[in-house]
Formats: sequence, C-alpha cells, structure tokens
Amino acid sequence: MTIKTTPNGFTLDNAGQRVVVDPVTRIEGHMRAEVNIDENNMITNAVSSGTMWRGLEVILKGRDPRDAWAFTQRICGVCTGTHALTSVRAVEDSLGISIPENANCIRNIMQLSLQVHDHLVHFYHLHALDWVNPVNALKADPKATSALQQQVSPSHPNSSPGYFRDIQNRLKKFVESGQLGPFKNGYWTNPAYLLPPEADLMAVTHYLEALDFQKEIMKTRTIFGGKDTHPNWTVGGTPSPINVDGVGGVGGLNMASLNQVHQILKDSKTFIDNVYIPDLLAIAQFYKGWLYGGGISGQSVMAYGDIPDRANDYSPENLMMPSGAIINGDLSKVHDVDLRDPEQIREYVPHSWYDYPDGADGLHPWDGVTEPKFDISTAKGDRHHIEELDEDAKYSWIKAPRWRGHAMEVGPLARYVIGYAKGDKEITEQINFVLKTLDVPVDALFSTLGRTAARGLEAAWCADKQLYFFDKLMTNIKNGDSATHSGDKWDPKDWPAESKGVGFTEAPRGALAHWVKIKDTKIDNYQCVVPTTWNGSPRDADGNIGAFEAALMNTKVERPNEPVEILRSLHSFDPCLACSTHVMSEDGEELANVTTSPIGL
Amino acid sequence: MENAPSTLIIGIGNILWADEGFGVRAVEALHRLYEFPENVTLMDGGTQGIYLVQHIEAAEVLVILDAIDYGLEPGTVKVIEGDSVPKYLGAKKVSLHQTGFQEVLAMAEMLGRYPKHVLLVGVQPEDIEDFGGSLREKTKACIEPVLKAALDWLEILGIHASPRLEPLPESQSLAGGEVGISQYEASRPEASKACRVGDERVLTQEGRTVGYRPQSVGQDAVSVDVDHRGKY
Repeated sequence: MTIKTTPNGFTLDNAGQRVVVDPVTRIEGHMRAEVNIDENNMITNAVSSGTMWRGLEVILKGRDPRDAWAFTQRICGVCTGTHALTSVRAVEDSLGISIPENANCIRNIMQLSLQVHDHLVHFYHLHALDWVNPVNALKADPKATSALQQQVSPSHPNSSPGYFRDIQNRLKKFVESGQLGPFKNGYWTNPAYLLPPEADLMAVTHYLEALDFQKEIMKTRTIFGGKDTHPNWTVGGTPSPINVDGVGGVGGLNMASLNQVHQILKDSKTFIDNVYIPDLLAIAQFYKGWLYGGGISGQSVMAYGDIPDRANDYSPENLMMPSGAIINGDLSKVHDVDLRDPEQIREYVPHSWYDYPDGADGLHPWDGVTEPKFDISTAKGDRHHIEELDEDAKYSWIKAPRWRGHAMEVGPLARYVIGYAKGDKEITEQINFVLKTLDVPVDALFSTLGRTAARGLEAAWCADKQLYFFDKLMTNIKNGDSATHSGDKWDPKDWPAESKGVGFTEAPRGALAHWVKIKDTKIDNYQCVVPTTWNGSPRDADGNIGAFEAALMNTKVERPNEPVEILRSLHSFDPCLACSTHVMSEDGEELANVTTSPIGL
Repeated sequence: MENAPSTLIIGIGNILWADEGFGVRAVEALHRLYEFPENVTLMDGGTQGIYLVQHIEAAEVLVILDAIDYGLEPGTVKVIEGDSVPKYLGAKKVSLHQTGFQEVLAMAEMLGRYPKHVLLVGVQPEDIEDFGGSLREKTKACIEPVLKAALDWLEILGIHASPRLEPLPESQSLAGGEVGISQYEASRPEASKACRVGDERVLTQEGRTVGYRPQSVGQDAVSVDVDHRGKY
C-alpha cells in the first residue's frame, strides 16, 4: 500500500479494493480503467490504460500526401471528416498552399456540422443513458410528461399526452418482448439514477427524435463532400465546384442543393435550441448535487482553436473557436499554444509501453519515435489475462503528451473554460445562462456534468456559426466569387524537395493535430496526436495523472459491480475508446458484464 | 412483392485492417462489375455505425456484406437470412462511436422500420491484424461467390443486376480512388520501413496468441462488425 500526492494535486491511495473496468475497442485501441475504492466506496486511485495504435505512419509512409485525408478518415468511424480536414490542413501547411474563401466557408460548415452531429448523437445515444433510465420511463404519467415538456420547451411541437403515451406503449412492448434492444445491459435498478419517470420518458422520447433528426445533419456533409458516408475532401480547397445556374445533381453545388443545406442548418439550430438544450437543463436540475468528475478541468485545459473566420489565417485572433492553454488553475492568464515549438508539446513514455532511444526525455511529434516495449512483469496476472496493472511501471499503449510538462484536458469543456477565461462574449453569456438557470456557482462547471453541459452549449454555438458561414458563402457567390479550389501547387513538380507542416482542428472530443514530413513528393513521416491521447494519457515521470484518471478520483461508486459513475465520467469526455466489457473483482473473478450506454458503448 | 422495392446493398468494415475490409471491397467490386435499377443503392458503409441507421430504415430489402466470425475455416462463405441475422450482441460491447452494426439493426427495429427482407453474406476472415494490409488471397477469392450468393437471392426477389460491358475504373469506385484497392496495395510501404502491426514485435512474441473471437459468445451470437471481435 502506498499513498502519494501527485504534482497536479491528487492524493493517490491504492490500499482499497481494486475494481477493474475493462473495455474493448479496435480502432483507437483498448482502454481499461482500474480504480481502488475505500470502505466508503470512494475512488482513491485511478489508472487508465489504452492501446493507441500508432498506425498512421505505417499506412501513410511513401504515399502521395494528397491522398492522406482519405486514409485518415478511415481510422475511426466518427471523426472521419475531422481527420480528413486536419490532414489536408497539414499538407497545405507543409507545401504552402492557400485555399479560397469559399472553401474555407464550406470546410467550416462541414466541420461545424460534424460537431453538431457528434455532440447530439453523443448526448442522446451514447451518454444520456448514464443519467436517464428508460425502464423507469414506463412508470411515467403521459399527461404529466406532456406538462413537463411544455414547461421546459414551449415551442417544441411534439408535446401532447397522446404522443408520449404512444412512445411509452412502444417502449413497453419492446421491454415486454424481453428485447431491450439498444437499452439492453443497463443498471436500471441502480440508485445512481435520479430522474423522475416523466423526465425519463421525455428524454427517451427525444432519444428517438434525435435518432430520426440526426440523418438530416449528415446531408450537409454529403452535399458539400459530393458523396454519402465518406465525403470527399481535397488539398487546396473543397471538391465540389459551385455552379448556381446548374441543374441536376452531378458533382456540383447548385441553388437547389445550397437551399437544401440552408434548410438543414436552420432545422439543426431549432432542434438544438428546442430539444437538446432544454433536456440538458432539465436533466441537470436533478443531478446538480452530483458534481464529481472535474479532474483537471479546473486547472489545466488546452485547445488549439478552430473555425478560421478568414481563409488561411490560423492565428488565435482569427479562430472563432477559442485556443490557448490554462495551467495551475490560473484563469487570468491564457497562454498561446504553438504546435511547432519543440519545447511545448512533447510526448513522454515512462509509463507507456514504448522506449525512447538514448535516454530521450520527451519528443515533439515531428521527431516522434514509436518503439514498443511491452512489459507487464510487475502486473498481476499474465499476458493473456491481466488482472491488475502496475501503475508504477509501464501500463498503457497511450503515450503521455504534455504541454510544457503539464497534463492537459481537451474537449468542449476545455474550449469553454478557455473562452470564458478570455472573455469571449457569446461563450460567457451561454455559461452564465446555464449557471443562473441551475442556480449553481461557477465551480460547478468543473465537473462531469459541466463537461456534458459544455458539449450541449457548444452544439448550439456551432449550429449558430454554420448559419454565419452559410451567409458568408452566399454573399461571396452573389458577388461573383465561385472559386472553391486554388489549384495552387497541386502539381508535385512545384513542391520543395523536403518540407514539413502541421494541421490542427478542434475535433468534437478535443484538440487534434497531424504533423507531416514530405520528402521527394512522398510522405516521409506522419504523426497524429488525437484528443483521447491527451485525455486518456497515463502518468508521466513526475507522477502527474492524466485527465481521465483525475476525473475518476474522489468519486463515490454506489455499487462497485455496477460502476455507472465511472462510465458517466469517462463517457463525458466522449472518448474515442470503449469503456465497458466486464468488471472483475480483486481476485479476477468476473462479477458482471458492464455495458453502459445503449449503443455501442 | 411490390414493384421496385427500395433495396440497399451495404459493405461494412475497415479497409485499413486487411480482411476486415472485406465487405467494403466486395460492394466496390459489385459496383464496378454490375449495373442496377434505380431502386437499388450500393453503399460503402465503412465503420459508420449509427450514422447508417437512416439507410437501413429506408430499405425494404437489405443485403449486408461483411467479414463475420463464426469460427469457420478462413475463406468460408456463410449466408444468413431473415431473422437469423443477429441484431443483438452476445458478448462484448465496444467503442463509443463505432456503434456496432448490430446495434444499428436493433435501433431500426425499435423504430419499427426494419427491412422486410434481410440477407447477410459473410466471409470468415483469415487475418485482420495487419494494419495497412489488404485482403488475403483466400478472402479475395470469396468476393465472386459472395456476390453470386447476393445476386441469386436478389434475383428471387425480382431484383436484377446487369453486368457492365466494361468494369468501372478504380477511380470511380465507391470508396474513392484514393483508397482504391490496387493503389492501396501497390503503394504500401515496405514492412522494413514501417512496422505493420503497431506493436508487431509484441504481438509476435512467444506465448502471445492473436485471436479475435469474442470471448464467451453464445452459440448464435455473431460478430458482424469489427468492434465486436473482442481482444482489443
């Protein structure tokens, strides 16, 4: 047994019962969480472990840099467009390629659309069931649910008692058939669920409405990207030419398709404002006493920024989504983040299953090395079945990225804390509105609930900014500017023998950057540091714990074999990793299958 | 059967993981080789999960092409029809976003919009641990019989495909020319320049097994999507 205090301010005690939540995923690797709980079921130590396949350099080395986006968008099923955008930006930066204003507007709309889509689906279909109990919804009075709906969102049309009764009957039929479908495998008798049945029924109803609505959001990217499921992107601009006088749907953007986009953008804003935000506030009312999970959000947060107002200018002043770093909880100072500075972002591996040559300490991604060194000799169990990791040794496939030595949280809450600290008018207004509505102090922001709330507010912000860029695009077109691709330096003959660049975006789940080196017109090295690498990072040499680990600390778990609280906090990051399969007791015996949210978790 | 039922033929999987990309490569081949009437849509579903639900809902006839794990000999084709197509996951749950395709089917059913006719044509993969790799020869050889099985079944429902006079060029393939299969294979970096399994040197260590079947699946439980295969 050891008690340690980390430099970032957490007291770790690994004496109590160890609870292991071992989740599984393939694309971004395997994530596992282990915690120790004391006799009061409080988490006193947290260990997050993951496999980060550093596979991109593998598939991209030697390929045409103009094709890299198509590969990176296949890494994972949900960040598709964000990876593609980051990739084309990295290549453009490397080769000094500019894009037209229209392409900037279209890319921003596509990126904002992805944010709206991802946030909405995350809230309703991946995270809501950590707070909402669909089985309890069967006990709701449809009339009272209707009254609740009209109270929280008077302008939402679907609010009659009959409507809620129908949904409830459908749900009942489903539950009685013994097939909970997407609601299978929840802890529906756990006292951690606090909503009254009517709020549960309202939220489940909107789960279905959101499922129906999300398909509209996708169409924006399909139209601009010229292709369904995997839209096209291109270095130097956007792929579909604008031809406002054109008819038919072959490859170009005409008035009909632009009008369709406009309608979707307006409907998205309405849905977020009338459904998502009211639900968020209604649910939060019942959980505002559950303010666990803040982790390092109150002290160390970072964002690269995104959504350039004018094309080709990635300076903080031109980025509408805020950038910067806050450290040591000092909100009065937001530091600039420079992705090229070898002193700022560095990846460390003392607790990761890698080795650096010649005793190197931390490495900047341009000089990144990935030399595996898998060693679990001090862990309990064997390589086929690890019972308990040893967090004093190497214990994760994720490297530990640090900004000037600090473990950082990234994501919607980080962006909103930075925006708030910088005095961004819209963000400050949004945050103050929520704090006032819920009647909670500003510190409440630094919590799992705050993370979930920031995501909703950001969805509203993004829905709004989509319309801003749509108007900008239409004004350009009316003024006779229909360029969407520069053609500038498209031909490799015009490229230097060697170059390097970095592209960054704010992915829905946080700061994302790709670093590329190009040599003799081919990719020489390609490194990604993804948001979940930041949030899911293991300890570093100084013992600082990462954002997931910190967020689990000092949380009460009502039932250790139904760790809904662990999943709630991990899910609030929208991690690109899984968080559930089975829970083991100390002796490695399987206690229960842990499945958290309905879908996919 | 009504005239011209709305039909979706969808390939599922991740093309970056060798045989895991079977479904996408198969639907690509179908697209390049055959023409279909307007009521039929061919789709590269990738690993899009929940974002595919509207396409499933809109289909009356659904054909799913995928790598599946029934514990058969690699390269075995398995055809599963109707209610036998698994909608619920037996064992392992997975990634937050990459909603398993089975969950998508479950959602469509819950919404009361499940396709009337469903066929899953799957292939037992040989290797899905090879990051950046392409289909194995054994698996690639299954494309033809898989397409035949799908087309025969569609034929019974009155849905006819016509062979193209000339196959479409790879640049017009469904997944996009950038990741078209021959360029994908030809431009692959050598193993000496870029190790292919992320941590290959770990995985190939003695005593470590590379298995991707879900643990403790029930007899009828099947993985239809990459993220249900356990292990990682």
